[in-house]
Amino acid sequence: MSSREPAKRAVGTNPMWRWILYAVMSVLSVFFIFPLLYMVTSSLIPDDQVLAKSQSLEAFLPTPFIGLENFIDAIDRADFLRVFGNSLLISGLIVILGLVVNSLFGYALARLRFPGRRFLIGLVIALIIIPFEALAVPLLFMGAEVGWLDTYQIQVLPFIASPLFIFLFYTFFLGIPRSLEEAAMIDGAGPVKVFTNVAMPLAKPAYATVAILGFLFSWGQFLWPSIVTRGVEVRPLPVGIGVFATTPPISWGDIMAYTVLMTLPLLAIFLVFQRQFVQGVASSGVKG
Amino acid sequence: MTTVAPTDAVDEPRESPKGMSETRVAWMFVLPGGSMLLLFIVLPFALAIWFSLTNQRLISPLQTRFVGLDNYMSELADPVFWKSLWNNFRFAAFVVPFQTVFALALAVMVNQRVRGRTVFRTIFFTPITVVMAAAATIWVLLFNVNGLVNGFFEAITFGNFAPDWLNDPTWAMWAIIVVSVWQGVGFQMVILLAALQDVPSELYEAASIDGADAWRQFRSITVPGIRNALIFVFTVTTILAMRLFDQPTLMPRSPGGPLDSTRTTMVHMVDVGFGRQAIGRGSAIAILFFVIVLALTIIQRRFVREEAG
Repeated sequence: MSSREPAKRAVGTNPMWRWILYAVMSVLSVFFIFPLLYMVTSSLIPDDQVLAKSQSLEAFLPTPFIGLENFIDAIDRADFLRVFGNSLLISGLIVILGLVVNSLFGYALARLRFPGRRFLIGLVIALIIIPFEALAVPLLFMGAEVGWLDTYQIQVLPFIASPLFIFLFYTFFLGIPRSLEEAAMIDGAGPVKVFTNVAMPLAKPAYATVAILGFLFSWGQFLWPSIVTRGVEVRPLPVGIGVFATTPPISWGDIMAYTVLMTLPLLAIFLVFQRQFVQGVASSGVKG
Repeated sequence: MTTVAPTDAVDEPRESPKGMSETRVAWMFVLPGGSMLLLFIVLPFALAIWFSLTNQRLISPLQTRFVGLDNYMSELADPVFWKSLWNNFRFAAFVVPFQTVFALALAVMVNQRVRGRTVFRTIFFTPITVVMAAAATIWVLLFNVNGLVNGFFEAITFGNFAPDWLNDPTWAMWAIIVVSVWQGVGFQMVILLAALQDVPSELYEAASIDGADAWRQFRSITVPGIRNALIFVFTVTTILAMRLFDQPTLMPRSPGGPLDSTRTTMVHMVDVGFGRQAIGRGSAIAILFFVIVLALTIIQRRFVREEAG
């Protein structure tokens, strides 16, 4: 977000308008926040109490409080540590390898001269339009053919190279001034060195954006892992929630504890790196 | 997506001082990503087209054979396919305009110069960090027939309105719409907010000197000023609406239920291609889906370009 002051509008001048604005924003805040509060309080009370008092405002009081019992249950029943580790491994690999692969590609398109460059730019833009969902069925077939069902690699490899992120890097590298890179070249640096020592440090904001967006997308993935994994061994968090649905009676306390545990890491990262987060999302749009 | 004109149009490679030609370096840079794009996008896309013309199954003792357009014909003759597509449009017809306007309203509000606006921005944006599987689960509990949502409606309608949201074909899609907007609108808000802050403030100053009121300024300066961001949000929301899968899979008692009232094209594709292991027919749905998304994108672009001209 730019540091520029937002323009002064009618609201800024008239105190009555200002109070109306606060009132509207507060009501909306309730809409955005109450499900999260409800999730937390429900995770701290016995299963039968979750539904019993779910129709009154009492639902927001963690009584009768049973401490972390639901959390211990949820961690145990869902093999949480395993599933959490899987998510971390899968998203981590997608993000880190993706940063390398996509930025190299984007840099080559923006700065290096080689035959076929313009064709590749066109190809990348065309590939952005293909939604992953249209590829899921044949990818499933390919994965089954090579015996990759229930593995990590089938959840990681297809998502490393991303036409959208290549394009983001490409436009970012085009936008930074050439002079520093040219100076390094005059000093005798080859293209690889120019990239690692000059261009990469300048492109930090682009790396941050792609890392945040990539993590956000991959952490929440549901469709693909629900197709290609069956056991808990390699399953990520969003699919792991399924274990609670299969064994009645539904223990809502455990489920809410699991959703708290699933939500907390991303929420914590968001609150700490809020600026970068918001900037990352904002810059996914400005290039449009 | 606008194409950025490359700053140098020359593709003649330079000789690097170290002797390694620029072309070789370029191919080294492009190779890892390029081979992955080929393997994981171009190849499966080609396979999808091929499979859609065959009776390919995931595991089958029978030999695969070419069936021409049979898969497309039987899919287009299947009322379930049309029902799924209709559900996508039903969802999009409400969510796309509503979410865009809602996001714009939120962005305008947190763009006012009042104390605490960053706190409100954070609150509106927070649901983005809640994984959809978690968001869907929380709202399943909230939309329970004895849940908090009905508690609220019973209080304001004196008990006259308390549907069993997720088990009622009339209301299930509305529950999904609420979750989708709750979780997604912050994303659009941030994109529009960034655009709002790029509108030069001199324009507003000039307008208020000319005596234009707030609504007039909004219409003549704000909306044209953030036009591109609005189009982007509109297009992306439309595409995301077509891809709707997680919520209708997780929220109703059975995916796409009750009575197929939340079955979307993606739920249908996964059911056919994966559930029934009919890869050929599932691929035909995937290709139909791709064509629809492409058509929507092109229609929106054409519409927009005419506006601009």
